[in-house]
Amino acid sequence: MEGYVHGLEWTTKQLFVYPNEFIYWSIQIVMYPLMTGLVAGAFVLSSLYHVFGQKDLKDMAKFALVFSLALLFGAPIPLMLHLQHWNRGFYIFFTPHFTSAISAFGIVFLSYMLIVIAEVWFVYRLFFIEQARALKGKEGLWNRFRWLLYSVWTLGAWDTSEKAQEVDHKAIKVLAGIGVPVAMFLHGYAGFIFGSVKANALWMTPLMPVIFIMSAIVSGVALCILTYIIIMEYKKHVKKKERAKARGIDATYEELRGAEVDVIRKTSRYLVAFMIAAFTLELLDLIFRGYTAVKNWEILRQVIYHRDFINIFVKQYLIGNILPFILLLWPRLTIRRAALATALVLFGVFMMRYNVVIGGQSFSLTFAGFMEYNLPIIPHNIETYKEGLFGALTTGALPFIFFYFINKVLPCVPEVVHVTGQAGMAESVLNLKRQAK
Amino acid sequence: MEIKRRDFLRVMGAAAAGATVGGLFRTLTPKEARAAVYATNKKRWIFLVDTHKCVGCGMCVRACKLENEVPYNDPVTRTWVERYVILKSGKAIQDTPMGGLNGYTADDPQGQKINSDDIAKAFFVPKLCNQCEKPPCVQVCPVGATFQTADGVVLVDRTWCIGCGYCIMACPYGARFFHPIYHTAEKCTFCYHRISKGLQPACVFACPFGARNIGDKKDPNDPVTKIVLTERVSVLKSEYGTSPQVFYLGLDENVR
Repeated sequence: MEGYVHGLEWTTKQLFVYPNEFIYWSIQIVMYPLMTGLVAGAFVLSSLYHVFGQKDLKDMAKFALVFSLALLFGAPIPLMLHLQHWNRGFYIFFTPHFTSAISAFGIVFLSYMLIVIAEVWFVYRLFFIEQARALKGKEGLWNRFRWLLYSVWTLGAWDTSEKAQEVDHKAIKVLAGIGVPVAMFLHGYAGFIFGSVKANALWMTPLMPVIFIMSAIVSGVALCILTYIIIMEYKKHVKKKERAKARGIDATYEELRGAEVDVIRKTSRYLVAFMIAAFTLELLDLIFRGYTAVKNWEILRQVIYHRDFINIFVKQYLIGNILPFILLLWPRLTIRRAALATALVLFGVFMMRYNVVIGGQSFSLTFAGFMEYNLPIIPHNIETYKEGLFGALTTGALPFIFFYFINKVLPCVPEVVHVTGQAGMAESVLNLKRQAK
Repeated sequence: MEIKRRDFLRVMGAAAAGATVGGLFRTLTPKEARAAVYATNKKRWIFLVDTHKCVGCGMCVRACKLENEVPYNDPVTRTWVERYVILKSGKAIQDTPMGGLNGYTADDPQGQKINSDDIAKAFFVPKLCNQCEKPPCVQVCPVGATFQTADGVVLVDRTWCIGCGYCIMACPYGARFFHPIYHTAEKCTFCYHRISKGLQPACVFACPFGARNIGDKKDPNDPVTKIVLTERVSVLKSEYGTSPQVFYLGLDENVR
């Protein structure tokens, strides 16, 4: 009689390891805190505008909010995928066992989702009404479907008076205000899930939730900047093609670029601030462990300074922290440099998650042996797909696919107006400028 | 009639609050939950391992795998035997290939040839679930699929385990794993199906040297309880605050 031993395929054991020890939590559990972190970060970024009145983030705020919603739909997927019985995942709602740090996940997650959806609703309420009115009576299945969709989404609140709009703004502010601590809680809580495992020498630290929150904001802001750049560049690329047809209006292209770089520069200042906080906390944790040097330090030291040296100090800190830090602080930040820096930051945060989740399992409970995770590349069964490269790519890509569809009904990136000669071009630039203000 | 947004929100809010307060779920205290599952708490099962008596034959591991239907050739196991070879230099070499399933028949710890003159001491340590008084695995289960019975044994409900692996992560002893066939958390139960019928656990029954013993802590006349009470016994990894209930005679400082 033989079965399938979870973890056997991607775990290499060295020296003295208990027979039942394997890398049980693999790449999907790396993706899970990465994605909830992105949700929290994107939401905090949008709240900076709504709650703290950071006017320079206005352009980014709407985008970040909707993006956060898309990420939110994607965040539970790695959790579901890593379950041995994914079809029983909903038991957490039926029989939550509240001494477990995971059990409240459903409640925290759902309440956060309600807040985000409610905020999106208030932000888009006027848009729903406008669309529903404009689409009324229009021919075609798609138009009629959209009319129905937007009409339902108004939830019967058709009031567009000044007073009603004021209520909208107030509600947005309140929701964004509640949302910030809840977003922090959602992610700090993901940190608690790891930090409270007393059996794991690397994970167990009260700093874990705070470290997770800071790195979450870093990753969320970085992803927002990067995605924003990519979308804007793509649209510019489209414009460029159109301009080639209309000829002789290069100045408008430059103006577009100017508006964008402004947003990027302002947002990246917040990114740098949170990066410093995250880096400081992680360093504090490392120094504290080395200084106190309790029983488990010997094995941790070997993991941190020898076995995972490249992963931690080269990939995470040098490439993912210090390098982008310099790139962002170097004067006259360009879009290209910002794109590179934010991509590196995202890589750094991914490596941080990887080094926590996989690094925490790379030494044995015996403190006298090691385990190595060999990421399955080509899947040959469902397990090696889920817990391998393609599983991670799937969960990583889904939020962007969700965002594509959500953006279709809740447009949040500045639209490019189709150009018909010079007049049209001037108008479209005006539109973009207006949105940038 | 036009519905005012304010009214709409008010109605929705009231409905949501009503649904919550109405109490769709009732939280059972752990005591109530235990009482609902197992009525008896007359016993407290404990285990005693005399490491002096263990010769590393692996009979217990084989008996356990067969009794509890853990696939024989898979490297996971509910109980296992570790080998410790301590050299005169102070260096410790430990291993447990296949959990000691096939017995230790060659002098090759970790595949190394050791000169017997270099050896200061060598011994075997059987391991199993410690059926902790404060089990961290039970604490972290998000759905309550693993629980402690009134007589102290920690069990897993295979029909309710979602397979998240949190309990496996939480156990400092490496006692848990995913069952290769059921894909739910799996662990030693002291052979609960046997002990509750007055039989011995399979490993205790199979051990030819009496290295493994089960007892009832609440019975002062139980031979195991007598030893635990009167002799110098130790437990594994007490620093985790789990209050393990598998007691050891002759535990060495090198034992992990």
